[in-house]
Amino acid sequence: MKVYTPLTDEIVEKLRAGDKVELTGIIYVARDSAHKRFVEALSKGEPLPFDPKGQVIYYMGPSPAPPGKPIGSAGPTTSGRMDPYTIPLLEAGIKGMIGKGERSPQVKEALKKYKAVYFATLGGAAALIASRIKEAKVIAYEDLGAEAVMRLYVEDFPVIVVNDIYGGDAYEAGRAAYRLI
Amino acid sequence: MREIHCSVITDTVARLCQEANFYLGEDVIKALEEALAKEESPLGKEILSQILENSKVAAQEKLPLCQDTGLAVVFLELGQDVHIVGGNLYEAINEGVRRGYKEGYLRKGVVDKPFSARKNTGDNTPAIIHTEIVPGDKIKITVCPKGGGSENMSALAMLTPAAGREGIINFVVSTVEKAGANPCPPIIIGVGIGGNFEYVAYLAKKALLRPLGQPHPDPEMAELEREILERVNKLGIGPQGFGGRVTALAVHAEVAPCHIASLPVAVNIQCHSARHKEAVI
Repeated sequence: MKVYTPLTDEIVEKLRAGDKVELTGIIYVARDSAHKRFVEALSKGEPLPFDPKGQVIYYMGPSPAPPGKPIGSAGPTTSGRMDPYTIPLLEAGIKGMIGKGERSPQVKEALKKYKAVYFATLGGAAALIASRIKEAKVIAYEDLGAEAVMRLYVEDFPVIVVNDIYGGDAYEAGRAAYRLI
Repeated sequence: MREIHCSVITDTVARLCQEANFYLGEDVIKALEEALAKEESPLGKEILSQILENSKVAAQEKLPLCQDTGLAVVFLELGQDVHIVGGNLYEAINEGVRRGYKEGYLRKGVVDKPFSARKNTGDNTPAIIHTEIVPGDKIKITVCPKGGGSENMSALAMLTPAAGREGIINFVVSTVEKAGANPCPPIIIGVGIGGNFEYVAYLAKKALLRPLGQPHPDPEMAELEREILERVNKLGIGPQGFGGRVTALAVHAEVAPCHIASLPVAVNIQCHSARHKEAVI
């Protein structure tokens, strides 16, 4: 199904673990070091580099853009590393996250509480994914290099709902269906 | 003594860094095609097709296969009759990494002061360099860009001799199970057995360089690889962790003698973007 960002409660309520979604709109890029700075800012009562209400964060650090392209290769990084920083961001209004790999039980619980979803996109298909990113701009923490915060405009960006607000988990369900030991 | 100039080494490393990141090996492509034929999960099949499509796009557009263009791991087989001239060998390799990552628009993903400042070194150096001195007057250089996501899921255990073959299999399978979707399955599993604490990890990494589809020449080792692969693929993790029959494309194990008290085992997990390119100078 097609989904437009920013996300609302209404949109999030419709999403179920396992759904294939194509996202269009603005999404923000941040990974390890940027998350650390986000949470430090929030704990001091300072604003984030963007208004988090309803926004989607993509856990990613792109390769540099070659001449004539908005971005280089741009696949997801492992989401679990962002778990320790995720709950304060959900409290601040973030509604969606894109990455790969399992989340902690605490994050999965928090998704229910704050009505947010966790999506995965295809790890290691970074050249393919880059073709869905139409614009990219560094908006904060430029000193972090590949870990700087970016704003992307994406069209039909392919993701799968891993964790929904009802406790559904596409990884657990998938593994259970094919497990033989 | 045959003289080899440092500039040749730098040029070679710079080229290999780019080739490794743009062009997936034929052996990996073949293994992915076989996985596609074998996979039963519809979503798993779709994911495998997209991984194959990604390798075509990357090669055509000279874009990195994965945005994580890795820590540059360099294996050197240095002929004992080679005389390096014109500079420092390791500096020449690092200069090759520096240049290859810049010219190829590859991501610079190395930080200094790992538990404090974590400041990006800006040029993807230093490389991790493993050197073996071998007979002859040539240098073989293998560049293996290794991503962080799969490396983070790797593990080492100092088993006791009583743990035996079954202990090794259980450790590998449980390491893969814990890794789940994180290391971008379908994975390739490098297993080191024996040696000691640091050598077993080296063996596990080196095992990843063997072409896919080529079992260990020792039948006992080949049988172990086959059994581990079968057990791992029963876990049901599947492509990208969404469930399926193909969690791993291959298991490669390497073995060395060890201490009478020990049975070291290392598991180095490699994502499907299994990149390495080599050259002989």
